[in-house]
Amino acid sequence: MYPFTYSRATDVADAVRDKAGHGASAYLGGGTNLIDLMKYNVEQPAHLVNVAKLPLSKIEDLPDGGLRLGATATNADTAWNEQVKQRYPMLNQAILAGASPQLRNAATNGGNLMQRTRCYYFYDIETPCNKREPGSGCSAIGGYNRIHAILGASEACIATHPSDMCVALAALAPTVRVSGPNGERSIAFEDFHRLPGELPQYDNTLTEGELVLSLDLPEKGFAKNFTYLKLRDRHSYAFALVSVAVGLELDGDTITDARLALGGVAHKPWRDKSAEEMLKGQPATAETFGRVAAHVVANAVGQGSNDFKIELARRAIVRALQQATEGKQQASDAFLNSNP
Amino acid sequence: MTQTNHIGKGANRVDGPLKVSGTAHYAGEFNVPNLAYGYVVNSPIAKGKVTRVHAEEVLGLPGVLAVYSHENVPHLAWFDRSYKDLLAPGGSPFRPLHTPDITFNQQPVALVVAETFELARYAAALLRVDYEQEPHETNLGTKRTEGYLPGGGKLGYAPPPPPRGNPEKAWKNATHSIEAEYAHGAQHHNPMELFAATVEWLADDKITVYDKTQGVFNVQRYLTGVFGLSKDNCRVVNQFMGGGFGSGLRPQYSVFMATLAALELKRSVRVTLTRQQMFSIGHRPNTLQLLKLGTNPDGSLAALQHHALHETSLFEDYTENVVNWSGMQYKCDNVKLGYQLAQLDVYSPQDMRAPGAATGNVGIEVAMDEMAYAAGLDPLEFRLRNYAERDQNVDKPFSSKKLRECYHEGAAKFGWDKRPLEPRSMRNGHLLTGWGMAGGVWDAMQMPSRASARLTADGRLLVLSGAGENGAGTYTIMTQIAAETLGLPLEAVTFELGDTDQPQAPLQGGSWTAASVGTAVKNACDALGQKLLKLAQKQKDSPLQGADYDEVEFVNGQLRLRRDPDQAVVLRDVLQASGETEVEADSTALPNMLKQNGYSLHSHNAVFAEVQVDEDLGTVRVTRVVNAVAAGRILNRKTARSQVLGGVVWGLGMALMEETIMDHKFGRYVNHNYAEYHIPVNADMPDIDVLFIHEEDDIVNPLGVKGIGEVGMLGVTAAIANAVFHATGKRVRDLPIMLDKLL
Repeated sequence: MYPFTYSRATDVADAVRDKAGHGASAYLGGGTNLIDLMKYNVEQPAHLVNVAKLPLSKIEDLPDGGLRLGATATNADTAWNEQVKQRYPMLNQAILAGASPQLRNAATNGGNLMQRTRCYYFYDIETPCNKREPGSGCSAIGGYNRIHAILGASEACIATHPSDMCVALAALAPTVRVSGPNGERSIAFEDFHRLPGELPQYDNTLTEGELVLSLDLPEKGFAKNFTYLKLRDRHSYAFALVSVAVGLELDGDTITDARLALGGVAHKPWRDKSAEEMLKGQPATAETFGRVAAHVVANAVGQGSNDFKIELARRAIVRALQQATEGKQQASDAFLNSNP
Repeated sequence: MTQTNHIGKGANRVDGPLKVSGTAHYAGEFNVPNLAYGYVVNSPIAKGKVTRVHAEEVLGLPGVLAVYSHENVPHLAWFDRSYKDLLAPGGSPFRPLHTPDITFNQQPVALVVAETFELARYAAALLRVDYEQEPHETNLGTKRTEGYLPGGGKLGYAPPPPPRGNPEKAWKNATHSIEAEYAHGAQHHNPMELFAATVEWLADDKITVYDKTQGVFNVQRYLTGVFGLSKDNCRVVNQFMGGGFGSGLRPQYSVFMATLAALELKRSVRVTLTRQQMFSIGHRPNTLQLLKLGTNPDGSLAALQHHALHETSLFEDYTENVVNWSGMQYKCDNVKLGYQLAQLDVYSPQDMRAPGAATGNVGIEVAMDEMAYAAGLDPLEFRLRNYAERDQNVDKPFSSKKLRECYHEGAAKFGWDKRPLEPRSMRNGHLLTGWGMAGGVWDAMQMPSRASARLTADGRLLVLSGAGENGAGTYTIMTQIAAETLGLPLEAVTFELGDTDQPQAPLQGGSWTAASVGTAVKNACDALGQKLLKLAQKQKDSPLQGADYDEVEFVNGQLRLRRDPDQAVVLRDVLQASGETEVEADSTALPNMLKQNGYSLHSHNAVFAEVQVDEDLGTVRVTRVVNAVAAGRILNRKTARSQVLGGVVWGLGMALMEETIMDHKFGRYVNHNYAEYHIPVNADMPDIDVLFIHEEDDIVNPLGVKGIGEVGMLGVTAAIANAVFHATGKRVRDLPIMLDKLL
């Protein structure tokens, strides 16, 4: 870990100004990822601006019927918020599928969007990694890549975005409100994270110095027919091999609206709008689900140790669509009954 | 029963309050004055040479005190024997910072010492080290035909017994036969507590070492050998451990580094490893096993062949007993057991909970399940038909063996009789349920051990033995043994351990601590009891006049006649009347070879497991485990049960998720952290029933105790693997059983 200076911002303008006034600097939220990366020497900011105490922790109604999730609200406070539980239960499920209670108590919503990949090689500075050190090569290609991408990867990087919360967000499609040296702007969630291409060092489309202020959810929450299905190597405190967020609107057996997003398969939360279009107007049957699932993974590419994820993703999509249709959640996971 | 009858009851941990209140101090927590901090730098290559350590570049940082590497390490002991600790296998022990040669990835190459931990860590990050890389080999699969017999084994290693009968012919002529290969990768112990050593510098060549270790005397032996210190000037202390599981049996490089720096700098130094560095020390070796079994028409075993090959380092022949168990577990007259090593560019493996047995048990117990199915028999019935009444490896009877009772009581508790034989026959929607079982066997060992006991005039008893406590409950059971032997309440007894100033005790491992240290404690208390009887008899009109020691008993703080309990004296009064302020005795306990010689000494267990497998998604959930254990006398039902619960956690981890992944391109482990090396969490754990099967055995030792640390883990992994087969009809032979193997 390298030495760094530290300050605590009093308001958003102060935070943006403070960060801009230092060279290699970073915003610090809950610190559940950044501090680890600093200890591994993966991140070496010379200055940290603590934004966790900024007045951005409210979860409040929006005039358009949506809900605003403050950037510094913790993951735990967000998941257990009454409005979130009632109106966006898919988000509640996704958040609770991630990390551990201790981490969710510390982690912030803004930080969740900003967390970095869990690629083994990204974390180990003794191995080449284009995301950590552009141009050094990708060790995961041809290496051990069980947790790596099958969709949208590039020859430079096959890392995945590790968040659960963001998979549900991809399905719910909020806008991300940010502020930076050039003022405030809103980014559609699907445009927030990016695919690696030739610039895998960039996880998202924020420009230098921009800070997340809130996530503004639209009114539609798919609160009746939804599911978040997460498949992993142990039943808690493990990142998704494949996860699926589904929201459906049904008229009898006919699907009238659909949202479908995958986690653990790409450099960003993978929302498939063409699959959503395929679902609309179709009967909610196994046949439909199988066809759509095959479509989603049609262009998937395995890298060796993650080849199984193509078939796993296909099956998981079918299961998630079934569960959402039946209004069921992932079976027998301890966290479902752990409301504090 | 009396109030001072403690053995077998579920006394609370006597060290519990210290642990939960943060007042129990661990090796990296002794804040001695004027402490400097060391941080280790490790090699990023698996093989080659260090060509240059650019120490001068970081020595200029204010507060950096020293950089040690092979370039400047002082002259230390020359001969290998000085570096050989009690568990060193054949070969040449690794000498940190000794040469520029790199023989494994993450090999420690330098130590940076600074005024603060943060500064040492920063300077270590800046330190440039140049390497010359050479090709390495870390893939056991490339060494299948290059296995060799180990040259010299370590303590406890027994080469496989010679073949008996004609195993190859019997296998070929068998009515039914199977042949299968089983594999698992490397696994790391991953105790919660990191390896750390705080070396307090007292004077020239005089130190006190607070080290994370399962054997303070082993560390003392190592440090005095390597650094030429006298024992009097090298006290080693470890009173508490946040888990060891075998990783602390041998001295780790953390204590070498801290001692080196302390002696050189003439000040106190602490070195704490990182979680990543915890993957640069020993591990359960990557192992391949080949099993060939055959049966006769009546379902008896006609042939049993078990061969194992595992990795070791280039410099040591690490050994463990993998295949021997198979030759004693079932009755079979045609047996061949083979065991070989292969050298790779990795660090030496190291004993990890139930070393060898945990590996071999998966081989034999999954193969027995496969064999049962090939013969069309229920797996439990098949085992009962091949029950071994004698240990055929050594042709001796067992001193006691209640495995049959483990099978029956475990099966009854589990409801095994309702199990349909056919795989895939229990289904609920997309969930397939499977039931599997397996047995286990481990040695009941006793090592030489010493203890002392001192009763003071206030009625308090202090018992000492330099044993280790990794959290299993040693403090508590020793307190129970001492208190019961001298008829005192638990609160009147203090047991202390983990200090080379105390009477010598063996390494804390092998499940032998309860038997070894327990017997020493009992003997010391009996020796003290005899002194107390003599003192009592010196008093005028003593009601105990003329009584022999075996005619009296210590109960409720009194010493009294067995045949007439009204004839009693109060212990405290005895001491006061005698004018003594304290009475002390010590004793050595040795295994009674004369008594044990004609017998095979072992603990046994039987495990029954239920799993649910999602047919579409391949996810496995263990929903029930019954573990029936016959391990002689159980000293404390509560801590013993906890230890077996922990064993089930370990077995489940080995079955479903634990594996240290080697990237052969780099010859480096890639998942070297808690996020990616998965050990079970609460959400993975099912309801666990622990049954202790009553077993009396006065041959193993006077206490009749066999130890449970290892046996509690055995059978679990195989039972789960067998249950997965029963659920899915799919036999997974390479652990861990992760979901992709069931898609």
